[in-house]
Amino acid sequence: MRIRGYKVSVTAQIGIVVVVINLFVALFAPLIAPFDQATPVGDAWADPSAQHWLGLDNLGRDILSRLIYGARMSIGLSLVITALSFLIGVISGFAAAVAGGWIDQALSRLVDLLLSMPTLIFAFVILSVLGSALPVLIFTIAILDSTKVFRLARSVAINIVSLEFVEAARLRGEGWWWIVTREVLPNAVPPLTAEFGLRFCFTFLFIAALSFLGLGVQPPNADWGSMVKEYGEMINLGSAAPLYPAGAIAILVIGANFIVDWMLSIHSRGQGEGA
Amino acid sequence: MSQQSPNVSGPKDNSVILDIRGMRVAVRTDAGDGPVLVDDVSLQLRRGEVIGLIGESGAGKSTIGLASMGYTRRDCYIVGGNIVFGDTDIRAISLDERRELRGPKIAYIAQSAAASFNPAHTLMDQVCEASVRHGVLSRAEARAEAISLFKQLDLPSPETIGSRYPHQVSGGQLQRVMAAMAMVAKPDILIFDEPTTALDVTTQVECLAAFRKLIRGHGTAALYITHDLAVVAQIADRIMVLRRGKMVEFGDSRQILQQPKEEYTRRLVTERVAGHNFVDVNVADQAPILAIDHVSANYPGKPKVIDDVSLEVRKGDTVAVVGESGSGKSTLARVVTGLLPRIAGDVRFNGASLPARLKDRTKDQLRRVQMIYQMPDVALNPQHTLLETIGRPVAFYFNRSREEVRARAAELLRQMDLPESFITRKTSELSGGQKQRVSIARALAAEPDLIICDEVTSALDQLVGEEILRLLKKLQEDLGVAYLFITHDLGTVKRIANKVAVMLKGKVVAGGDTATVFAPPYHPYTELLLSSVPEMRPDWLDEVLAARATGAATTSALLRAP
Repeated sequence: MRIRGYKVSVTAQIGIVVVVINLFVALFAPLIAPFDQATPVGDAWADPSAQHWLGLDNLGRDILSRLIYGARMSIGLSLVITALSFLIGVISGFAAAVAGGWIDQALSRLVDLLLSMPTLIFAFVILSVLGSALPVLIFTIAILDSTKVFRLARSVAINIVSLEFVEAARLRGEGWWWIVTREVLPNAVPPLTAEFGLRFCFTFLFIAALSFLGLGVQPPNADWGSMVKEYGEMINLGSAAPLYPAGAIAILVIGANFIVDWMLSIHSRGQGEGA
Repeated sequence: MSQQSPNVSGPKDNSVILDIRGMRVAVRTDAGDGPVLVDDVSLQLRRGEVIGLIGESGAGKSTIGLASMGYTRRDCYIVGGNIVFGDTDIRAISLDERRELRGPKIAYIAQSAAASFNPAHTLMDQVCEASVRHGVLSRAEARAEAISLFKQLDLPSPETIGSRYPHQVSGGQLQRVMAAMAMVAKPDILIFDEPTTALDVTTQVECLAAFRKLIRGHGTAALYITHDLAVVAQIADRIMVLRRGKMVEFGDSRQILQQPKEEYTRRLVTERVAGHNFVDVNVADQAPILAIDHVSANYPGKPKVIDDVSLEVRKGDTVAVVGESGSGKSTLARVVTGLLPRIAGDVRFNGASLPARLKDRTKDQLRRVQMIYQMPDVALNPQHTLLETIGRPVAFYFNRSREEVRARAAELLRQMDLPESFITRKTSELSGGQKQRVSIARALAAEPDLIICDEVTSALDQLVGEEILRLLKKLQEDLGVAYLFITHDLGTVKRIANKVAVMLKGKVVAGGDTATVFAPPYHPYTELLLSSVPEMRPDWLDEVLAARATGAATTSALLRAP
């Protein structure tokens, strides 16, 4: 298999299959799920059966259906947050690199300030004060994440801005909008795409962690992190219930990482010869 | 075998130390077999002998140099032939055993010494490291040997220079330290890969002399890789001319230079010899386009980089600004374009003063001065098509419709002798020479009065560079555009410029018509520069060194002068 002339490694192929299946499930959750995510359909902790493949949970809800709806919530939320953090981070990072001077200083110090605070603690404070409504969750994590995107986008853009074709555009009299969108952005896409995959994984895990701690997605909405929390106790009683959402998290993150690794390897191969 | 000069202390033994027969190196990737980089090359290197490998980029000369150490770049493999070092068949031994040969037995000297040294360690540590690690010498022995080599290589204060860090010595000194590093373990073969290409001409002479003294003194065999036939003529006993991985001609240095058998070799030789008739253009009655009037400039908080420089460019003029690295010639271009605001003096364009800063200039002022850069790879946005690259100035300055922009871009491509079908290609798909043509087209698209050419041929192969110069000359005849030519290459100056300004330490030390500046009586620095350009005679270096020994000027003396 090849994408844009590059041979896709076996691990990347596995990653693509995993991610595509997950996206498919997330997109069509209501059509695929046999039961509703919030309605009890039987006895609590009923064993897996022909009707309920993974059994029922603490309130008698179908675990498989919750897992499917959970994919939608977890993946959708991570995608929205990552996209938002990239929007903020890339625009501000490019602005800092192209404008330089005090704009760069001001933005960079603001980012340093945000980076100096532990992310989880900071999220705790905001979510405890403002509550765990979805928009609050999305903006809090997106802003925290955008600091890391900012740093990458800025350093990538600074390398590009120092090249002579950007100087040529400046000498021509082009404005900063042209320079950012037409000269810098097309050349920054490969490293930023790889970073998008990586940040998606981190965001995904971060939401799972917040949900596990009770500050993320709130019931009755299903989400893999909160499912691990709700079913966690049962592992002591020999139930496999918490392993399903935990396994789903692990498989998706590893799959996405396979793709990112492959993208980074073709990106670095493009830059000069190795040993 | 004709040894040109007495081999003073070298061993009498002249057995074959490296025997390459029918070597083939090819690219093999997981996507299948790639091009053959080296095809059926054979050579026998004897002890004490220097063989020059010469060719343009892509000729396979570096690949041969690396392969003789049993090394290839990523995705490249030695797919055929024999490489025998002494009595070891290099292809038959393991990668680890090959690694043991590199350093103690075969040493490599790369083009960019700056990139080969670790900035965090002293020179002495790095010079001694390999031989100590391979167990060839003890640390004390290695130190003593290194100091003796520093002396032989004419490095200043050989006893203490080793305690400096790489950034504390000059480029030419670093290159010589690298030669010392290669030599400490007393290898049987030295491989020089373009060791003087990145240096200024005056530094190149010093390095060449030092390398030759070193090789002859120790009787070491060497492969000397370069694209410059005149350089290799000074140091090699035999020369192999390569093209696209194949051997074109192999023979005694004198024979290659004086009676080349093959057409390609003849072209390489004559391109350098030709073109010494000066350009004669009479522009005295033309109005000045650019007048640089007592201009000084510096980078914030640093001393002046250019100091009280005056220069005039008239319509149809080609004015060359020559000097070595650090002379301020590129800074002068930045001042003219407004990237670096001047701190004193005036720059007038068509009689009107140009604002010092780029952002204070009008669109029309920007349009009239265009620039062509040294590295076509980074001067063009690799993600843009030729239409976007060449069409943008047309759309930006002249507000043309989409169809008019396309028609103009196609017309410019034709003028550059590039096929019109290239218009949809991305710039990254072109070769270096083609990219430089696109850069010229982009500059001309703005219909400028003046084009600043910053070392436009120095990143290109010799013959490709010649074509670019010819193209620029033809365009000037057709369009009457003036050029300000920034270059370190005096050959380029003589061929294209009718006026020249020689810069040294930020000042113009000599200036005027090229024919006048480059004819006696010279300014001492002009003379030094002129005499430092290698000529296609094996005796050239000896003559220069003899002349300098009798008290002619050297750069360091001139630099010290007030």
